[in-house]
Amino acid sequence: MEPINLTEKTDWQFIDQVKKESLQDPALCYQCGNCTAGCPYTKYFDYPVSQVMRLFQTGQKETILNSRSIWLCATCETCTTRCPCEIDIAHIMDVLRIIARRENYVSEKDVKTFYDSFLSSMKHHGRVFEVGILMGYNFKSGHLLADADLGPKILGKGKIHFLPTRIKGRDKVAEIFRKFQEMRKNRV
Amino acid sequence: MRVGVFICHCGNNIAGTVEVAKVAEAARMMPGVAFATTYMYTCSEPGQEEIKEAIKREKLDRVVVAACSPRMHEVTFRRTVEKTGLNRYFFEMANIREHCSWIGEDKELNTNKAIEAIKLAVEKAKQNKPLFPAKFKINKRVLVIGGGVAGMQAALDCADGGLDVVLVEKSPSVGGMMARLDKTFPTVDCSICILGPKMVDVSQHEKINLYAYSEIEEIKGYVGNYQIKIRKKATYVDWSKCTGCGACIEKCPSRNAFDYFNFGVAPARAINIPFPQAIPKKAKIDAQFCRQFIKGKCGVCAKFCPVGAINYEMKDEIVTEDVGAIIVASGYGLIDLDKLPEYGGGRYPDVISGIQYERILNASGPTSGHIERPSDHAEPKTIVFVSCAGSRDKSIGIPYCSNFCCMYIAKQAILTKDHIPDSRSYVFYMDIRSPGKGYDEFTRRAQEEYGVQYIRGRVSRIYPKGKKMIVKGADTLLGTQVEIEADLVVLATAVTATTDARTLAEKLHISYDPHGFYVESHPKLRPVETNTSGVFLAGACQGPKDIPASVGQGSAAAAKVLSIFSKDTLESDPQIARVNTNICVGCRKCIGTCPFGAIEEQQLRDGRIIANVIETVCAGCGICNSTCPCGAIQLQHFTDNQLLAEVNALCLT
Repeated sequence: MEPINLTEKTDWQFIDQVKKESLQDPALCYQCGNCTAGCPYTKYFDYPVSQVMRLFQTGQKETILNSRSIWLCATCETCTTRCPCEIDIAHIMDVLRIIARRENYVSEKDVKTFYDSFLSSMKHHGRVFEVGILMGYNFKSGHLLADADLGPKILGKGKIHFLPTRIKGRDKVAEIFRKFQEMRKNRV
Repeated sequence: MRVGVFICHCGNNIAGTVEVAKVAEAARMMPGVAFATTYMYTCSEPGQEEIKEAIKREKLDRVVVAACSPRMHEVTFRRTVEKTGLNRYFFEMANIREHCSWIGEDKELNTNKAIEAIKLAVEKAKQNKPLFPAKFKINKRVLVIGGGVAGMQAALDCADGGLDVVLVEKSPSVGGMMARLDKTFPTVDCSICILGPKMVDVSQHEKINLYAYSEIEEIKGYVGNYQIKIRKKATYVDWSKCTGCGACIEKCPSRNAFDYFNFGVAPARAINIPFPQAIPKKAKIDAQFCRQFIKGKCGVCAKFCPVGAINYEMKDEIVTEDVGAIIVASGYGLIDLDKLPEYGGGRYPDVISGIQYERILNASGPTSGHIERPSDHAEPKTIVFVSCAGSRDKSIGIPYCSNFCCMYIAKQAILTKDHIPDSRSYVFYMDIRSPGKGYDEFTRRAQEEYGVQYIRGRVSRIYPKGKKMIVKGADTLLGTQVEIEADLVVLATAVTATTDARTLAEKLHISYDPHGFYVESHPKLRPVETNTSGVFLAGACQGPKDIPASVGQGSAAAAKVLSIFSKDTLESDPQIARVNTNICVGCRKCIGTCPFGAIEEQQLRDGRIIANVIETVCAGCGICNSTCPCGAIQLQHFTDNQLLAEVNALCLT
């Protein structure tokens, strides 16, 4: 790692922004490492959770928002459960992901594609339409045959269907999405 | 009436956010104020001289000092005033530091508030009456609660100083936690070898009266004259006959009693002596495990006792002792393993606490000092120590550091290597806290000479896999997860207050912090005193503490007791309730409301019943004053008239 000039490279605004959006205080973290100790995804992360927290404490915006860890986090909340300082770390990871997306730092394109596919399915059907999500994701990501081998198995068990299930109040769910878009436009 | 007002800058503490010159100017305008001035440090010797000179020069008869809290310096200034011949209760203090300059940043608001505080104090001072303390005799005996190392040290020092000591110990033997330890850090000398002689001294000292297996039932009185009721719990063995031969224990058929002394490492018999060096070395029956009590028939111990000491009919006995001071050394507890479910504490036999491991290491412990793990009695080769198991963990309500775990873990890891040379020990730590003399060298020795692997990180989870325990933690210096397949896991469980700490504090009228540890009078300058005069603290009941600190505090508490007992009489505080016999209608409401039992009925010669305050018992709390429907009972120095003068000054002018 390059040496970091903390005088120049500490982004205090970023610290405040994450604090405000997550309602969590990084100063409470005493770097015991319990979040990393329990995290089931550490082996895929470029920075283990406790280091993401340290980067947050030192305002290393670029490093955090470019990291893969924030996209690979499964929000299983083991870190939040184990944290002796009662910090909701999983929520901080969520907020970091949201900021990264908003500011166009996306280090794991596939994860973003999957989220998009999931959300558009919610918007159109009011609930998840699994086959739709899969198709959308596979096309957009270019992994055309990803998980294709699983298809026949779960189809046979009746876990997924070719046609979406339409639920009551579909329009209301769509309304939530519309309102959110509107709010975001107004904020910008 | 001529009031003098002295306003303290307290360096920048007050003058930084209060315009003291302006305050003095305003004070000069107050009715009755003859003189007002400011001074850099009023509590300093020249500051006090200035007050004395001003009293003479300006012929002052009331003095107000506006400075810090009266808890800090009221006594100081009362003494100053008294030296010039004024009654010390003609002095009044206005707190413009803790209540004003320290808590607000707005200089104008602070200045106004300081002026108002002085206005109140001036009006109160004008109403003040001279009060005179009474003298009473001291009972020069001392009660020590708790027979651990701190309590024993305090008892021995008091006894050597010529005082009669009543030592009350809850468990059947003195020795406390230290008697359970194998070795002590950082010297690695045998714990019982250095404690044993002290225990013997306690039992043989002619000035010490030991009540083992006894608890404090009730405490009445005040400094110099306490009446203590002690509950001697039924042991079902006549200790005047018992010789400690152990014949009963050998024959006892109930072999699954919980062993309190060994923290349940191995089962005990229903009739038992906690450990070979116990003092007094007498047997007692744990009734909840004894067949005679559960099933109504057995009687084996009675049959085999060669001296006929067994008595199943024994009842608790209450004895009364009168003392003049109390030293509290009631010790500490440890959190239960099942408070740490992610570590499998209480579920997996091979996850044990530090104190349990200490018993396993101990030559007089249940395994005779052979290290074996509880599940299959195999010798463990890989041992993992987890520090801060519960400590510094806000999420379970223990935000504090347990003080001595870092050190005993290093010691246990060193001893493990001595016992099993081909073993490997790992220590998960967040910080190594070893600030004592020779302490850091000791933790370094564990790493450098004994090859103990220190891993900087916390443990998330411990679970079994075959015969091993998998310890899943982080190494934050490596920046990754680590896993260790351990044979035995030792958790440095957090230190807590004892379960009955709060009840005891309420009996003693002393305060405790949110965690149940007793609060000292001042964290730096009065570390062994409590806010109740005559009650002193020693050892870990005040906060987690290691042996040297506990012993030091035990001696310090003894010195405090010896110093108050160096006089034959004490002055009583005249700020107590007093009854105006002409107004009292004898409704007895005050008698019912007094928390100290300080008010009694009194019959006058004309047959009228009125209330009477027992001067030495009254603590001056003022509850009776606010209860009395006709204002007959008044707390001296805080009478209705004095308080109303303050309210009027604040609200009407």
